Amino acid sequence: MRLVILDDYDLASEWAAKYICNRIIQFKPSQGRYFTLGLPTGSTPLGCYKKLIEYHKNGDLSFKYVKTFNMDEYVGLPRNHPESYHSYMWNNFFKHIDIDPNNAHILDGNAPDLQAECDAFEKKIEEAGGIDLFVGGIGPDGHIAFNEPGSSLASRTRLKTLAMDTILANAKYFDGDLSKVPTMALTVGVGTVMDAREVMILITGAHKAFALYKAIEEGVNHMWTVSAFQQHPRTIFVCDEDATLELRVKTVKYFKGLMHVHNKLVDPLYSMKEEN
Amino acid sequence: MPSNKSVSDAPIFQFTNCRILRSHQLQREDLWVREGKILNPEKLFFDEKGSADIQLDCKDSIIAPGFIDVQINGGFGVDFSLAADDVQSGISLVSQKILSHGVTSFCPTLVTSPPSVYHKVLPQISVRNGGPHGAGILGAHLEGPFISKEKKGAHSEHYLSTFESGAFQDLLATYRHLDCVRIVTLAPEMKRSSEVIQELTRRGICVSLGHSVANLSQAEEAVRHGATFITHLFNAMLPFHHRDPGIVGLLTSDQIPARRRVFYGMISDGIHTNPAALRIAHRAHPKGLVLVTDAIAGMGLAPGRHTLGQQVIEVDGLNTYIAGEHSIRSLVTFSPHLGPCVF
Repeated sequence: MRLVILDDYDLASEWAAKYICNRIIQFKPSQGRYFTLGLPTGSTPLGCYKKLIEYHKNGDLSFKYVKTFNMDEYVGLPRNHPESYHSYMWNNFFKHIDIDPNNAHILDGNAPDLQAECDAFEKKIEEAGGIDLFVGGIGPDGHIAFNEPGSSLASRTRLKTLAMDTILANAKYFDGDLSKVPTMALTVGVGTVMDAREVMILITGAHKAFALYKAIEEGVNHMWTVSAFQQHPRTIFVCDEDATLELRVKTVKYFKGLMHVHNKLVDPLYSMKEEN
Repeated sequence: MPSNKSVSDAPIFQFTNCRILRSHQLQREDLWVREGKILNPEKLFFDEKGSADIQLDCKDSIIAPGFIDVQINGGFGVDFSLAADDVQSGISLVSQKILSHGVTSFCPTLVTSPPSVYHKVLPQISVRNGGPHGAGILGAHLEGPFISKEKKGAHSEHYLSTFESGAFQDLLATYRHLDCVRIVTLAPEMKRSSEVIQELTRRGICVSLGHSVANLSQAEEAVRHGATFITHLFNAMLPFHHRDPGIVGLLTSDQIPARRRVFYGMISDGIHTNPAALRIAHRAHPKGLVLVTDAIAGMGLAPGRHTLGQQVIEVDGLNTYIAGEHSIRSLVTFSPHLGPCVF
């Protein structure tokens, strides 16, 4: 793996956005040749989305030939509920960029047949040629998407019941009222994300530090599902100082020492203006 | 990117780089419109998989609903209280010119006039929708002649009138044609006003209290009979007094029907009312405030002399007076500047 450590949240968000920007532009997407991106929700990626929007508004990045697949969506929450992941993606990303609505895929938590919806989602990913870069976050319980502790590391897109840790973590979005938090969600499986050609996990904040430690310094374990990516050929963990608080000094020093190598991935920052 | 033709062929407009009025605030959001209806862009994105056909950069402008002016006596040389043969062309000229000031609907207002004026002018006024040709006409506002002599303001004393003998029949004899009348301003302390207010209300005409020396009880009585508006609050009425707030007291009265909201017009040019007074009224009853211009024929023209019904007006710099008189009671608005007041 690559472990990219930046000083603070803003720098980590910017590094991640630059990386995504470069990957899309270097791919040279065009009609019939789409770049497929897996996308997360939550507070961690907000800074990254803001930066991507900024690059788009400057004319440096277009999402015209990008297809996106979100990781998850609550079950039973109306799609126009302010806390649904559809609302999140619209307000924080889609409404500010030029993506074709037909290419923005999010699981429908109100589908009449939930398993069929999940199967159809897997099929759409397959038809799109697989995911080029899956961006994700990590829960305080070490989960990727809603693959709660105990999820099979070979799992596919399916319905999951949320763990108490996750419900507690999400309560802040529902006026702190636990009874208002949805208890089930549709989520891509660990196996689904493992199929992506490249994976980037964003981890910021001291409250995620223990999960990061479990994910990269301990063994592969279905109780900390992000640990599965130790077995993925191309994974990048992008984090801030606070998220490294539970890691060994040796690990942190080693990867910080590699920053000059890591930075070659984002510097120079490409622009679609040069392509034209 | 083209819109989804299976839902609608009509093009979708996206207004960008603008501020819109939403939830009582100015928000930086794009505005999406199709066939004259505002769209929910999130619904458009996820349901229809639609996107904009045409994007319009508003260069940081504000997009807001058009203003409605319920008290405007004329403008650009047109005086609505003149017994003209072709009233429509005067109204059309004003309706077209006020569009660029942001006004999309208005009530042509007639000041106190002899019955012959009403008989000639009112049949020529018709209610009509606005459009690119001009602001919509909601109906006439008849301010007078059933008003108080002590508070006549710039109105002509000679043509003031009462309805104490025949009540509504007197009013009907004066105006004759009520089909296109939307608002009537009268002084509620006048004898038999309750019957008149009731009948006007029954006919769907808004009764407004103004140019009056009514005390608060008389004003409350008028509201109980159907009055719902106050003509240019503070002007041409008794001043607020802490033991009898007069008509101004309606803003916070608890003696009016619970579900009735009293609206009040305010001339916000900084001359008719002191901004501090305007703010007191707004803070006391924010949901009732209606800005009006009370503009006259001289609006939009150079200084000089113009008519206001039976009176002659002199425009001198920023101020306007009854020709020959220079007192506050005769002040009339020169031109509307609503923007800074609203935002």
